[in-house]
Amino acid sequence: MKVGVIRFPGSNCDRDVHYALQLAGAEPEYIWWNQKDLRHLDAVVIPGGFSYGDYLRAGAIAAITPVIEGIKNLVAEEKPVLGICNGAQILSEVGLVPGVFMVNENPRFNCQWSQIRIESTRTPFTSSFDKGQVIKIPIAHAEGRYYNSDLQSLKDQDQIVLKFQGENPNGSLEGITGVCDETGLVCALMPHPERALEQIMGSDNGLNFFKGLLNYK
Amino acid sequence: MKYNVEVMISLKKGMLNPEASTIQRALALLGYEVHKTETLDIVKFSMDKDNEELVKSEVEDMCEKLLCNPVIQDYQISINPQQD
Repeated sequence: MKVGVIRFPGSNCDRDVHYALQLAGAEPEYIWWNQKDLRHLDAVVIPGGFSYGDYLRAGAIAAITPVIEGIKNLVAEEKPVLGICNGAQILSEVGLVPGVFMVNENPRFNCQWSQIRIESTRTPFTSSFDKGQVIKIPIAHAEGRYYNSDLQSLKDQDQIVLKFQGENPNGSLEGITGVCDETGLVCALMPHPERALEQIMGSDNGLNFFKGLLNYK
Repeated sequence: MKYNVEVMISLKKGMLNPEASTIQRALALLGYEVHKTETLDIVKFSMDKDNEELVKSEVEDMCEKLLCNPVIQDYQISINPQQD
């Protein structure tokens, strides 16, 4: 499976995601922000970082770059798209997932291990987990407070993917920290699965997100 | 005609603004009692257009497409002809 790893000026989790995809058995390929034609790819991951310095709003400038058109075309072809952290903010700015990620309730950069509950297993990325399973993966963000004015439709359409278990470290609505589009193929996650791939990193719970993608179809 | 444009971007009423509430608490630490603290972003630029209406419609497009997130933010546009 060929998986694009999107790079913007300021991306900084790109190599971690590349490694994670290799470990899971995929063929990762770096994709620069000005590349429009992504038809040779089976899926893409938008990694975290500080694309364009978080200017205006986190993800706002990345959201209007040429690569987004390529990603939208992949979505139209029903190919999976994952956004992690800044990648999640970008997907929200583009409008591919509902809601927004706003400045944390306690307005500081929040970097810590978190207990995360899997709320939906219908996305390729969470398909290797059990619904309700609690996993340990880190978060690292200043703008991760999920907000959506239409919570009911998220629930009705099974679009809540991850929630914080116990402590809600950023004030997200109902502790939501991962959402997907209506198809479940476009997934935006605030926590960093690529930082929890092997026991030596403190947890290997994150690897399953990438293995799930590989097992898809 | 040259116009100076200022776009003022604010969070919609009722949205939690952690930066503003932190500033308000910090001012209280210094002994200043203030209320309704807000923070705003201002983007300034100039444009060459035939008339003010053209400037306005283009700047509104910019706000909807990039400068603001209409889900959580409001914007105010001020347009002034350049004096020189």
